Amino acid sequence: MTIDPKALRYASTHEWVSVDSSGVGTVGISAFAVEELTDLVFMALPKVGVKVVAGEEFGEVESVKAVSPLYSPVSGEVVEVHASLPDQLEILGTDPYTQGWIMKVKLSAPSELDSLMDFEAYEKQCSGS
Amino acid sequence: MAKISSTPLTQWHRSQNARMADFAGYDMPIQYSGIVSEHIATRSAAGLFDISHMGRLRFEGPRADQLLDHVLTRRVLDMKNGQVRYSLICNEEGGVLDDVLVSCLESPSGRGEYFLLVVNASNREKIVRWLQPHLADFPDVTMTDVTDQTAMIAIQGPKAMEICKPLFQSSIENLGYYKSRVTQQMGKPTIISRTGYTGEDGLELIVKAEDAMRVWENILLSGRNLGVVPVGLGARDTLRLEAGMPLYGHELDETVNPYQAELGFAVSLKERSFIGSETLINQQATPSKLKRVGLLIEGMRAARQGATVLDAQSNVIGTITSGSHSPTLNRPIAMAYIDSSKSAVGSTVVIDVRGAKVQAEICSYPFYTRKST
Repeated sequence: MTIDPKALRYASTHEWVSVDSSGVGTVGISAFAVEELTDLVFMALPKVGVKVVAGEEFGEVESVKAVSPLYSPVSGEVVEVHASLPDQLEILGTDPYTQGWIMKVKLSAPSELDSLMDFEAYEKQCSGS
Repeated sequence: MAKISSTPLTQWHRSQNARMADFAGYDMPIQYSGIVSEHIATRSAAGLFDISHMGRLRFEGPRADQLLDHVLTRRVLDMKNGQVRYSLICNEEGGVLDDVLVSCLESPSGRGEYFLLVVNASNREKIVRWLQPHLADFPDVTMTDVTDQTAMIAIQGPKAMEICKPLFQSSIENLGYYKSRVTQQMGKPTIISRTGYTGEDGLELIVKAEDAMRVWENILLSGRNLGVVPVGLGARDTLRLEAGMPLYGHELDETVNPYQAELGFAVSLKERSFIGSETLINQQATPSKLKRVGLLIEGMRAARQGATVLDAQSNVIGTITSGSHSPTLNRPIAMAYIDSSKSAVGSTVVIDVRGAKVQAEICSYPFYTRKST
């Protein structure tokens, strides 16, 4: 399955989410964020089973220069993590939307999606920063 | 809010879409293509750095050497035309106010000498203020802050000298390490020094602000087939960290004395007295409680400034002062001040990296030493 960045919802903190018909959201970070971070060396993933909360930290990504927290765009329980991603962070540079997914969350409050940005609004935010 | 100054090269950096940031009041490039690629290019070929933010103070007058000998930890009175020395400026308590390069240079008239002090950008105003009362004691000495009327450019790496060879009026091959001279580049006066802050061979240049752009472009042109790339302050930091060089505000500040910083070589106490020397004599004789060490860290998570260093029993024994991923070693490295009694090379310590306990081994630095040519 290929994820189309235009069909995603975005948090202002540059995470994206794609929700399937069963109410599971796949979460990643945008190409813009990867470009801004550059030279990624480390990523800390959450554990399967933990509860994440929209707007709160669920992990971190580290570049040569700095550490950046990852904020969950949605609330719910982590049902799967992309465990091999930290060992191949270069994937985020080539395909942050499909192969570069970070975690899957069983949404507990799907209405939160309404407060996230669509692609157009997110693009506008990125070009303004 | 303080205004942000441009260097004579800021427009060029912006035209290259460099990522820019305010650094000590200057609009500086942090990275162009990326920290790792710029770092590796400097280690394998050559990197070109705009370091115009560094403060440049010029001292003239018959007793300029005496004034500087009074404020610097390193002897100045015996300096000859063309010599450069790394020194510290300490307060009366032996605390480090700044680390500097002092050069003795030939006057433009060809008669006599003057001294140039290169200070950290973040300390420039403090050092100028610190020197004012001492200048009053040496009325024949003038200090001129020439930072904004000049530019400073570093070219560093195994190809740096080859790239610079055709550019200057005088031959650079016989310019020794920590030596400087006044020469010309396309008819324009240029101070060249065989110094740097990367662990590589190379030069640091000081030119008039209006000549900076041309010198910069001539170096890029001369080095275009030799792999020269512009390098921002991001890689400058990872390069100096691998080279084990201290950075003011990290390894150095007013609470640190030169001996715990392992910079005793930059203090000459023999047969001289200068600001702080009485305290420094005692500090030299007393074993330091803390010592600067290098750390090789397990895993991929870097320990940054402020992270706590613990022993096997979880007692706090020190603090990280600088830490980053090392592009050359492809692992995290750091410098830290730790309890001298626990600072033996090869010892294992634990670092609290934002709550995660990470193992590290105390090592000597530099982490990287260039191959001699």
